[in-house]
Amino acid sequence: MGLALEKDDPVAALVDRLSRDGTDGGWAAEARSAALSRLAGMGLPGRRDEYWKFTNPAPLTAAAAADVAAMPDETADVFAEATPLRLVFVDGRFDADASDALALDGLEIETLATAQAADIHWARDVYGVLEAAGQSPVERPLAALNSAVARDGIVIRATGQVTRPVQFHHRHTAASADCAVHHVIRVEEGAALTVLETGAAAARFNKVMEVEVADTGRFNHVRIQGRDRERLAATHLFARLEAESAFKSFTLTVNGALTRNECVIELTGDDATAHVAGACIGEGDFHHDDTVFITHDAVNCESRQVFKKVLKSGATGVFQGKILVQPDAQKTDGYQISQGLLLDDDSQFLAKPELEIYADDVVCSHGSTCGAVDETSLFYLTSRGISKEDATDMLVLAFVDEAIQEIEDDALADVIRAQLAGWLDRRRG
Amino acid sequence: MLEIKNLNVSLEEEEKQILKGVDLTVEAGKVHAIMGPNGSGKSTLSYVLAGRDGYEVTDGSATLDGTDLLDLEPEERAAEGLFLAFQYPVEIPGVGNMTFLRTAVNAQRKARGEEELNAAEFLKLVRAKAASLKIDADMLKRPVNVGFSGGEKKRNEILQMAMLEPKMCILDETDSGLDVDAMKLVAEGVNALRDEGRAFLVITHYQRLLDHIKPDVVHIMADGRIVKTGGPELALEVEENGYGDILAAVA
Ligand SMILES: Nc1ncnc2c1ncn2[C@@H]1O[C@H](COP(=O)(O)OP(=O)(O)OP(=O)(O)O)[C@@H](O)[C@H]1O
Ligand SMILES: [Mg+2]
Repeated sequence: MGLALEKDDPVAALVDRLSRDGTDGGWAAEARSAALSRLAGMGLPGRRDEYWKFTNPAPLTAAAAADVAAMPDETADVFAEATPLRLVFVDGRFDADASDALALDGLEIETLATAQAADIHWARDVYGVLEAAGQSPVERPLAALNSAVARDGIVIRATGQVTRPVQFHHRHTAASADCAVHHVIRVEEGAALTVLETGAAAARFNKVMEVEVADTGRFNHVRIQGRDRERLAATHLFARLEAESAFKSFTLTVNGALTRNECVIELTGDDATAHVAGACIGEGDFHHDDTVFITHDAVNCESRQVFKKVLKSGATGVFQGKILVQPDAQKTDGYQISQGLLLDDDSQFLAKPELEIYADDVVCSHGSTCGAVDETSLFYLTSRGISKEDATDMLVLAFVDEAIQEIEDDALADVIRAQLAGWLDRRRG
Repeated sequence: MLEIKNLNVSLEEEEKQILKGVDLTVEAGKVHAIMGPNGSGKSTLSYVLAGRDGYEVTDGSATLDGTDLLDLEPEERAAEGLFLAFQYPVEIPGVGNMTFLRTAVNAQRKARGEEELNAAEFLKLVRAKAASLKIDADMLKRPVNVGFSGGEKKRNEILQMAMLEPKMCILDETDSGLDVDAMKLVAEGVNALRDEGRAFLVITHYQRLLDHIKPDVVHIMADGRIVKTGGPELALEVEENGYGDILAAVA
């Protein structure tokens, strides 16, 4: 590595553990060493960091991660109807043999390793760049760590209307898998791309996705996380949105001992829109943290954050969501809602909604609620002969549906609904 | 069919007795009506029979064809054939009316050991019954009762009843909020279900509904008790003179 770190430095230990051999062309070597110095400057997040008040980062920053039994591969085909180009990662490593060929009309696509090996590559303007920009005003060291070590990932430049989605599917086979994956995406002017993510990835999974959407480009993202109970995951989605572009990201999470999903979006062009939504369901040893930071830096942009968490038997749900409206971002329309549904008294939902507004002509609203299943609704449903369990599931599905409705494509939304209903069913055995 | 004996009910949250010894027997094939001043306990009686939380039965019993209702969960009471058309039907955002109806119908069929209806059979059935109640396809698609007018909600209750074909139907002020034509539709819906194996308990404030659904027996409820029982003429008396004379006479 380009930077000298003390041998017993926890940063060095993690970098060491996650680093893999590979070839770096000029740009990649630079990006990597820049990320490493960012990381060294910041240090790893600790319990006392305000940004980690509700979530203990220790398992994510420890030198090693506990083994997690591999999961059966159950979500590979859930989006089959959408005929995605499927790219498979096994324990965080791209598996070309298990994947479709890297070719699709309307885009350029290659592995991160290939792009890194090139001396000159367009990805240099995105890789680690959006991540670096996202380090201010709040530090995100785990993302810098990822930029410093990642060798696996996919690099996509969408140049037209890509009709088939690209699916990143993960398989977890080795109990000790501890990995970093980094995707780089640029959606060019007028182009459109949908990215799907599925599968249990690893015992500990660090993922970064950087997405730049040029003028009038459209990017849609639908992710299913789970059903691996003990996994640890820290994911970052960085996006920069230029004029009249549209960005939508939805995540369904079921299970997971510790998941921190950060989403950092900057609306840099006028009339852009960004919708981020998530639904999670967990019980027992389940800690799920959605941390969202949306910066409005242009005129007449719209952003929405819709997060729903269903918690049971000691589960914890966290939401930290911020809308920052810069002085010139007039006519901003910002909306944020986070809601917890507690299925018993042992669970908790912690929310920190924030608005920081420096422009005067804006409409921003945020709300956060937390409550139990509505007794009156439950009685109404059961009085019609529906069992209490089924009625509760119906109300749970209804509760999260507001988040699912944020998915642009109705057919994909229905896949999510079906997946969730199936998982609820299964949980009851 | 429905036998209620000395039913005493208090609120769970506060020490307040609402039903103070209700005695009432509804025979199969009959229509009984309950009238009574606001706050006399009519809805409470219907909720306690349907199994709503928040009430404590301190004395007495309620059975349906000999089965002790008070021991059962609401869904078990429904499976036994009890149905309550709510005075205030509940809006449930996010749950589609069709999904709700189908889940309910199939849950009850399953509980009774019958085959579940497949999607096509169900659709055919629900469309026919909805049409007779002038419930359009759009209302079936919307979330349960969300955005329904007062009258539409009441018709939706009757649709559920028609789909579930319960043997003991309790209608709590199903006529309130209905226009004249809708009242006829609802009454026709109820009358179509009248048969020897089925009984109705119709809670209402007005004679008008009883013009359409002819009751066999009329009860007057006041302060948590049935204070007077008579024939259809009792409802006419209430319509003309209010409750003053009746309550004075039994006091
Ligand atoms: N959950 C509750 N908390 C407090 N009071 C209650 C509750 N439920 C019922 N009551 C009281 O019990 C009494 C009976 O109410 P109920 O709704 O049964 O009357 P009702 O006969 O149906 O009246 P209406 O004709 O107005 O519908 C009223 O005084 C009411 O305020
Ligand atoms: Mg009432």
